[in-house]
Amino acid sequence: MYLSELTKLPGVSGNENCVRSFIKEKVEPFCDRIEIDSIGNLLAFKKGYMDTGKTLMLCAHMDEVGLIVSRITEEGFLKFKTVGGIDPRVLVSKRVLVGNKQLPGVIGRKAIHLLSADERKQAPKVKELYVDIGAKNKKDAEKRVAVGDYIAFASRTVTFGDNLMKAKALDDRVGCSVMLELLKEPCPWDLCFAFTVQEEVGLRGAKVCAKRVKPDLALVLEGTTCSDTPGTDVSGVSTRLGGGAALSLIDGATVYNRELVLKLHKLATDAGVTVQFKQTATGGNDAGAIHLASGGVPTVSVSIPARYIHSPSSVISLSDYEAVRETARLLMQEVDNV
Amino acid sequence: MKKKLIDLAAQGGISGHEFSIHESVKKLLEPYCDTVEADVMGNVVGVISAEDPDAPKVMLEAHIDGIGLMVSGIDDDGFLSFIPVGGVDSAILPGAEVTVCGTEPLFGVIGAKPPHLQTGGQSEAIKISDMVIDIGLSAEEARKKVTVGDAVCFAESIEKLSAGVLSGKSFDDRAGLISLLICLDKLKGKKLPFTLYVLAAVQEEVGLRGAKTGAERLAPDCAFCVDVCHGDTPDGGQESIFKLGSGAVISFGPNIHPYLSSLAKTVAKEENIAVSYDADGGDTGTDAWAVQIAAEGIPVLLLSIPLRYMHTTVETLHFDDVKAVGNLLAAMLLKLDLEVLSCTFQN
Repeated sequence: MYLSELTKLPGVSGNENCVRSFIKEKVEPFCDRIEIDSIGNLLAFKKGYMDTGKTLMLCAHMDEVGLIVSRITEEGFLKFKTVGGIDPRVLVSKRVLVGNKQLPGVIGRKAIHLLSADERKQAPKVKELYVDIGAKNKKDAEKRVAVGDYIAFASRTVTFGDNLMKAKALDDRVGCSVMLELLKEPCPWDLCFAFTVQEEVGLRGAKVCAKRVKPDLALVLEGTTCSDTPGTDVSGVSTRLGGGAALSLIDGATVYNRELVLKLHKLATDAGVTVQFKQTATGGNDAGAIHLASGGVPTVSVSIPARYIHSPSSVISLSDYEAVRETARLLMQEVDNV
Repeated sequence: MKKKLIDLAAQGGISGHEFSIHESVKKLLEPYCDTVEADVMGNVVGVISAEDPDAPKVMLEAHIDGIGLMVSGIDDDGFLSFIPVGGVDSAILPGAEVTVCGTEPLFGVIGAKPPHLQTGGQSEAIKISDMVIDIGLSAEEARKKVTVGDAVCFAESIEKLSAGVLSGKSFDDRAGLISLLICLDKLKGKKLPFTLYVLAAVQEEVGLRGAKTGAERLAPDCAFCVDVCHGDTPDGGQESIFKLGSGAVISFGPNIHPYLSSLAKTVAKEENIAVSYDADGGDTGTDAWAVQIAAEGIPVLLLSIPLRYMHTTVETLHFDDVKAVGNLLAAMLLKLDLEVLSCTFQN
């Protein structure tokens, strides 16, 4: 399993190079053909063991949420914008890595002593925050950083508790890692392993790749919100950690083919794989782009519940990871029967 | 070129009604292009063909529509009610002079109910529903000349504020188109190893629509979009704000292909062209966003011209910035290496 290595790589949307290179090296020995398209998606193609002329596309996105340098102040601090959906409240006092050289930096804000009573109550705004790389001034900073440099969270990958893992970018390196584990899995249909870019800024990579691949069926492997944490009303619990692979019936971007989802649910349950239905209709993932591409593509989403998603410290259960992988494996094996 | 900008910006052509400026746009492009034609969406496309019919394709793009208004009703006193087309700040409307594109161009002025009759208090902005266009005609006369759905353009002349600083309407994005002309002018007589398309796109202000269809159809190997960005004002803050006269603004971020932004940076340095840098975490809010995912994906660069008071009748820019964008584009096209571009993500 490559999850630990994958989560350590920086891959903010638009700058997925490190992740792509890592994946490319791993898929090369097991695929017939690799294509990297104009936006940066990596598509690995593999013939099926039958001649059905049909293609199953497995899809996971390589990118993660992060920041981008938008201005360097006279004092040498880096003003930034968010890349993807980040709650600014998770940003204060976090460590980051800036640019391709991965310079260490910290996200600063004036000390609590200096905040007015009103400011203390208010969530910080991105505009008020900055990254400190310890530069003397603008000129000094410009030697190491440029506007447009991407900033990734610096976050350790740790296994802890009851078979849990904490890391950044679990959404969606889990999907990438699962796909890497399934490269050798026999499938009657032709396969396209699509490692997409820019999901977090609007399913951009998937829009491009689905038009190119035109699959007959797509399986999106994702990270999804897990709000089984204290203070969440039962109706707001989308998935439960340890509750298995989460199948989506509907989300903010897709109404899934119910029959297909129920079949997959049955396949998994019959095989003793733990699955759950995602309980909320919010969010969205690459399925939103894929199911609408080239005249419509039947698409299912199998997601891993991730607590504190889009933060430097998201948490998954490794038993859910296995459930996602096994659910995907079952679909590959039984694709002709679903 | 400055004169061309002044002439073009003064014309109508709100989103969806760009046909009214087609002839002018075609005339501007014709001296530089082998063919100039309008497509079904209303985009005007100029083509400078390479000798090799299989040569790669490169696209320059700017949008030609502007924000405006549309007649939504004619009341019994001949006043016209209206809706905005594109992002119109209603605060600019009271007292504005307009041209209603009826059976003939009609002069009009936007009036509002007297303050004591408005639904909001005087401290609130006046709502568009509380405003009318007064064309000074009786209901009967008005109905003969005006129909619901007629376009309404701002009738603003272009003023020179100081050396190089112009102020008027529709510089967003007619200034972009003029920068493309400056680029074409610089390239005149030079043989390029690719076919060059110039897409003068429609309906950007209502959702990047002309660019979507135009880029999908032309499917170039890469594209350069030019739009405006925010110029410096005392109340605008400092983030993604650029000084008038500071040159072309090069964009970075997920929307932008990294080879093209780094080429822009290098070429600007080599050619001594004034530039500054901007970054967006995702959507740049320009046609570049649509172009990037058209066809099977198109590598795109966005260059911008700083513009104060965007989407008003007094949009203000420095013509040097328009020139900087045109010069940078021309220099880039001469150094563009499509081989390197296509290899960007390979390793």
